[in-house]
Amino acid sequence: MNPPRLIADRIAVSFAGLRALSDVSLELVSGAVHGLIGPNGAGKTTLVNILTGFQAPTAGNYRLDGERLNGLPPHKVRRGGIARTFQGGRLFKDLTVLENLEVAGLGLGLDRGAAEVLAEEVLEWIGIADLADELAGSLPYTDERRVGIGRALVGRPAFILMDEPAAGMSVHEAEALGRLILRIAEERHCGVLVIEHNIGLVLDICSHITVLDSGEIIEAGDPETIRRSEAVRHAYMGTQADIVSDAAVL
Amino acid sequence: MAGLLQPLFDAISLGSIYALGALGIALIFGVMRLINFAHGHYIAFCVFALLIPSTEVVTGMLLGALPSWLIVLSVLGVGALLSIASEVVVFRRLRNANPAVLMIASFALGIVIQNVLLVSYSSRPKSVSLWPELSLPVEFFGASIPLLQVLTVLVTVVLLLGLVFFLKRTRFGLEMRAAAENFTMARMLGVRANRIILLAFGISGALAGAIALVLVSQTGTADIRMGLPIMLIAFVATVIGGMGSLQGAVFAGFLLGAISVTLQLLLPLDIRPFRDAFLYLAVIACLIWRPEGLFRAGPSSERV
Repeated sequence: MNPPRLIADRIAVSFAGLRALSDVSLELVSGAVHGLIGPNGAGKTTLVNILTGFQAPTAGNYRLDGERLNGLPPHKVRRGGIARTFQGGRLFKDLTVLENLEVAGLGLGLDRGAAEVLAEEVLEWIGIADLADELAGSLPYTDERRVGIGRALVGRPAFILMDEPAAGMSVHEAEALGRLILRIAEERHCGVLVIEHNIGLVLDICSHITVLDSGEIIEAGDPETIRRSEAVRHAYMGTQADIVSDAAVL
Repeated sequence: MAGLLQPLFDAISLGSIYALGALGIALIFGVMRLINFAHGHYIAFCVFALLIPSTEVVTGMLLGALPSWLIVLSVLGVGALLSIASEVVVFRRLRNANPAVLMIASFALGIVIQNVLLVSYSSRPKSVSLWPELSLPVEFFGASIPLLQVLTVLVTVVLLLGLVFFLKRTRFGLEMRAAAENFTMARMLGVRANRIILLAFGISGALAGAIALVLVSQTGTADIRMGLPIMLIAFVATVIGGMGSLQGAVFAGFLLGAISVTLQLLLPLDIRPFRDAFLYLAVIACLIWRPEGLFRAGPSSERV
């Protein structure tokens, strides 16, 4: 049997005549980590919003195993097997860590008991079972991210799209996150899309990378191709200082 | 000791009423950012449901003629149904409207309910003799406390514990807490919004019914305006508790009850009629001190 594929086919979005994305195509395969990089405002989050039903594309379509997902609301996309994380975690702060994951299970149609079992399994697997009864609002930054990823892993989605999971992390923390992402792909056979400004991390863990700039794909390929690409270097040099320092690893 | 017990019971039983009202308002605010100003009219409606519609001064019992346990169930049910009906008929159609529109709709709904009562029962207060035996005092550590006050406190504690169990241990409770904190996110995760909102309205209305029963057995009268002062204080309690925080609403309800009774006790006799002015002064002070409410994390602790 072929592994599941999530395919975006010539996606375009415009807001009030302004093109945020044009003709963006990419393909995610389960078990592989795919990177999506590009300067601020390149349209990365917009693409994730579209692939998870949060936003409708102006043109183009996206399919999971040949089935069109266009027009499905976020929770149906989630039930279909595509989960996402958000910038900054966006947990329910007044709920415990375990309850945060349970809500995802309930949303998938499970009863409370089954949701709890599933939530515990995921926390155990990530290695944060000891946080289960903490209030999500009291967590330090990095744990918050891992809980956010845990919430997305509930129900064994075929794909998980992560929006800047390493933002604000130290080098050491980002490495640990990188190992977690690789485990998600290898052990849970999930297809992962990682949006990141930490290009070092992306080059380390991704087998395939797509580079967006001003809503268009300017380069795609394996990490070696990206590292050597003139177009990528050019795109990053043209932007502000923090991105230039990101690009120092290129 | 015995001398302090009476005001303590006064404070807790008054606080109970405020807490139940605040909880009813906070539940709805949590799931749909609606401050339901019709809530006070739900209370009056529940009281009048005990009586046969008549514009005469004296009228017979309707629900009030039932056996006691059926009175309780049916009045809670009337509250729940009225509240659910207002969601289905009015608020659901305004789901995407901004909070100001929702609030004004709730004012309008309140006026409609009040006028329905006005037409059916006239504006004259009616005397209702519900469970007169409850006003008998019971001996309690040397103080004699009216049985009704003891019951009010007990019923409130039972309702609060029941609600805590519901919110913590059941699936709908967990979904409701998630939806109360971040409705959009809960919905995106697949929580069924309409079901949760209906449930919140049902519980909120039943709480209004509980307040109605306590009020009518305390005062022995039915007045179409009787829910309004409660509604006002309960609304203030939800604000100082932190909008959307359920435990904050309950805590602030009891706090306001305690402040009221303390003021009543300590203020000199000729200033006592202005008790509420002092109460609201305390509220203003509280809001200046913590504008986000007692139980909400301040903006400073929010990560950017």
